[in-house]
Amino acid sequence: MPTPTKGPRVGGGPAHERLILANLATALFEHDRITTTEAKAKRLRPLAERLVTFAKRGDLHARRRVLTVVRDKGVVHRLFTEIAPDMAERSGGYTRITKIAPRKGDNAPMAVIELVREAVNAKPQRAVVAEAEGATRRSAADKAAEAAPAAESADGKYGADSAAPLDGGASPDPEKFVVKGNEDSMKYHVEGSRWFESTVAEVWFTTPEAAAAAGFEPAGGASAQTGAPEEASDASSESDD
Amino acid sequence: MAVPKRKMSRSNTRSRRANWKATPVAVSNCPVCNELKQPHLACPSCGSYNGRQYPDAVRAEHQA
Repeated sequence: MPTPTKGPRVGGGPAHERLILANLATALFEHDRITTTEAKAKRLRPLAERLVTFAKRGDLHARRRVLTVVRDKGVVHRLFTEIAPDMAERSGGYTRITKIAPRKGDNAPMAVIELVREAVNAKPQRAVVAEAEGATRRSAADKAAEAAPAAESADGKYGADSAAPLDGGASPDPEKFVVKGNEDSMKYHVEGSRWFESTVAEVWFTTPEAAAAAGFEPAGGASAQTGAPEEASDASSESDD
Repeated sequence: MAVPKRKMSRSNTRSRRANWKATPVAVSNCPVCNELKQPHLACPSCGSYNGRQYPDAVRAEHQA
């Protein structure tokens, strides 16, 4: 007996189902993040992840295998040259599904499926960073206890080049503090970089160097956080046809 | 085809239906904006989930 397909069926028949999933995969690789129903997102995930695996292999045969699903050559090129290098360090789990509130018309459970293109954040590294951060904080507290209780309420906990955000995460001084720091991921974001807008700052820094000195890492690699608003150059991409 | 022999009384029908109850929706507070949100769903008022931002998750009052 053949193994049944995992998850709900979509569309009016097998051909329709293939078409829907192929179109969803095309849209996902074109836009990085798409909103669809939870059921479709769950069916799309294994297909999209397999296509990313082909893209990481990167040879002509793999490209032709992908082209049987994603018919758009431009999208396949983007998958192989832009998405695959970001996934090089990642061993599976290339997509992420986040459930959102149900749709208005039919109350269908909706979800956002997106490609996980952030750099891989190894857990042990995080523990070390947290430990170091804790030690820094302790020593800073000791120093503060020794020194006179100077009015340093404006300064953040990472020294004079940092500041705590205002309510809502806004910069306390938009002229001076321009770099966002995310304490969850211990990464910093300069203005105009890819995740700057979507990041909620727990701490603000004056310069990327100050953020790096406080133990924060550049989100998406150093080249993505140099302060220039344009995207990092695509030097690692390679073409094989 | 098998069919019921007797008409079901109103009492029986109503006592059966009296047990159809709605269950309360589990809600928790959004860690970012402190509004009520369902667990495991992106917040419908600020769009945040697990430190990430999802603009598509935001629902206006009339959409909720």
